Amino acid sequence: MISRLFSSAAAAAALTLAAGVATAQDDDSIIVQSTTSTANSGLYDHLLPIFEGATGIEVHVVAVGTGQAIRNARNCDGDVLLVHARPAERRFVADGMGVERFDLMYNDFVIVGPEADPAGIGGMEDAQEALAAIAGAEAVFASRGDDSGTHKTEMALWADTGIDPAAHSGAWYRETGSGMGATLNAGVGMGAYVMTDRATWTSFANKGDFGILVEGDADLHNQYGVILVNPEACPSVNAEDGRAFIDWLLSPAGQAAIAAHEVDSRQLFFPNAR
Amino acid sequence: MHEPRPAGPAAATNPAPPAGPRLRAEAITLTQGGRRLLDGVDLDLAGGGITMVLGPNGAGKSLLLKVLHGLIAPDTGRVLWDGRPAGQATRRRQAMVFQRPVLLRRSAAANIDFVLRARGRRDRARRDALLAHVGLDAHASRPARRLSGGEQQRLALARALATGPELLFLDEPTASLDPASVLRIEQVVAAARADDTGVVFVTHDVGQARRLADDIVFLHRGRVVEHAPAARFFDAPASAAARDFLAGRIVV
Amino acid sequence: MQDFADAFARAVTLVISGDADLIEIVALSLRVSLTATLLACALGLPIGALLAIARFPGRGAVTVVINALMGLPPVVVGLVVYLHLSRAGPLGFLGLLYTPAAMIIAQTVLITPIVAALSRQVLEDLHAEYAEQFRSLCLSRRAAVGALLWDGRYSLLTVALAGFGRAVAEVGAVMVVGGNIDHLTRVMTTAIALETSRGELALALALGIVLMVIALGVNALVHGVHQSAARRAHA
Repeated sequence: MISRLFSSAAAAAALTLAAGVATAQDDDSIIVQSTTSTANSGLYDHLLPIFEGATGIEVHVVAVGTGQAIRNARNCDGDVLLVHARPAERRFVADGMGVERFDLMYNDFVIVGPEADPAGIGGMEDAQEALAAIAGAEAVFASRGDDSGTHKTEMALWADTGIDPAAHSGAWYRETGSGMGATLNAGVGMGAYVMTDRATWTSFANKGDFGILVEGDADLHNQYGVILVNPEACPSVNAEDGRAFIDWLLSPAGQAAIAAHEVDSRQLFFPNAR
Repeated sequence: MHEPRPAGPAAATNPAPPAGPRLRAEAITLTQGGRRLLDGVDLDLAGGGITMVLGPNGAGKSLLLKVLHGLIAPDTGRVLWDGRPAGQATRRRQAMVFQRPVLLRRSAAANIDFVLRARGRRDRARRDALLAHVGLDAHASRPARRLSGGEQQRLALARALATGPELLFLDEPTASLDPASVLRIEQVVAAARADDTGVVFVTHDVGQARRLADDIVFLHRGRVVEHAPAARFFDAPASAAARDFLAGRIVV
Repeated sequence: MQDFADAFARAVTLVISGDADLIEIVALSLRVSLTATLLACALGLPIGALLAIARFPGRGAVTVVINALMGLPPVVVGLVVYLHLSRAGPLGFLGLLYTPAAMIIAQTVLITPIVAALSRQVLEDLHAEYAEQFRSLCLSRRAAVGALLWDGRYSLLTVALAGFGRAVAEVGAVMVVGGNIDHLTRVMTTAIALETSRGELALALALGIVLMVIALGVNALVHGVHQSAARRAHA
């Protein structure tokens, strides 16, 4: 009786697993390793139905930090990489893991903070100057601390100021080690300044009394790139459908679709494929 | 009712009980927690009829039964049944009813079915006959553990009989039961005897021993003080301890 | 408090509207966690039974290890399963990463120790009661295990529920091996994590309420089955 129960349970489980295998081997689908900023801002919810309607190719997006996305792609766990950290992307291609990198679109980073603005950075146009003011006031600053594209850009800005924020980690410099949204939640909760991409900020719903304090510095430029994972390095890559997705993104139709994505009547990403 | 004994290879190869004692205990000692509970027990049982093991509390009656059944290995000495050491093989052709019945958490009928199945045959008719034999046919589908104490013990007895045992060990099965249940159980035991099942029955109830016994083993402080036919034991007990016990004096 | 009132209102609205996405996510949550629970029982109950009745060298150590594994952090389980299922890992050829099957595997790994450890306790107590009677009946070990599992079925059902509760509530493991892919591997907990990171706290809380109601429903269902069965067959 019991053993029969077990064998039927095992059979049911095997069936489920088999169903899972079938899904995984679905030929008309690709996995895109991407960033939380693009996913959280609803870009894919806007783009994918258009692309899937045109081609019938299903796109599965795994949204993690840029660093994690690149590591996953290095493990061959994805067909397309869509991230925002140019040096790391170039290294990925140079290492033979990616076929070619294309500029896709950009937006910019902004520094947001509480209305009270204890470091007095509101209206500054120089990002380094703003960070130096925050450090000088020892005002609380929340950092991603997760090796993401945003984090890499933030670290580059700190390096230009000559301040080593890591020395103050746990004091006024708080590394959340999590995604953009989680870091914004933490920042709003702590009253801490946060550097974020504009898209995530615009579509973020838990702003509290926070607002954009610093924007417009050329150093805050946020370039997204797209790369096909190299099928020679990763035989499991669905190169045909992955290339079709990239080609579409770079085409006038794809670029127009990116430009058409708006939240609260504001465009979040600016296509700049060449 | 006469329990039909299963006709099988065992019955065919052993058409008649061998002459001489079937169950023999030799120099059994058992010590637990620094106390010697069985102290050089020698015993020969014919293997037919009802042997009542009698003695005061703490005499070692239950332990002796478990040693004879092969559930507990003695420190020294050995138990032989038909010349074979007591163990899994001998236990298979015996059955035991414990003082507190251990019933499975399922219906009365399912408790019997379980044993029949373990012995390799599903047999509804035999199960129903066994339940009727112990007067539980009306309670077949009731949860075993919701039965009264007496009913539970009768079910345990029916379950023991379901294995078709050649030897049945009963460890004070009627202790703390109401008189009607005691009577019923004694009737079933007598029927088993009439059906050529050997019975070894532990009790400290002298009246019960008088009603059922063919022979008596009197145990005191871990020793067999007397082993005699029932009539002789009750008429002329040889030991002082047995005389005191029969007279209702406190024996420790 | 405004958030809570808002969350309850949104939870009710979500459920009443029969939102298709919500139904899909709930169905996947149930499918993944119930299958993982079944698998964990198929693996964990025999292990628990073996530890309860068998005597072998190292049994104490195995018991301690399994008890300790009850505290496995889900994200660690996720990571270990990810490393195996990744294309670069030993089982990568199966192509299971970012599928419901991967989530089932991760949750099975997570809760099998719970089922094994708790069932060992239940069955050991039961075995202490039955052991002598079983030896008298010369039961095979297989028959003995079968009887223990069947007679302990109501307690073991609670064990299975404990495993299910942990599986359906965890987010760390399914996030890593499932990837929280919309319409493919998004379950209740990863959806809650996503809405939280979008700052949609009320919606996240509303999903949490729905998850609680589902867990409540599963438990109530099992409790009901238990009660009616117990009235019929159990003491």
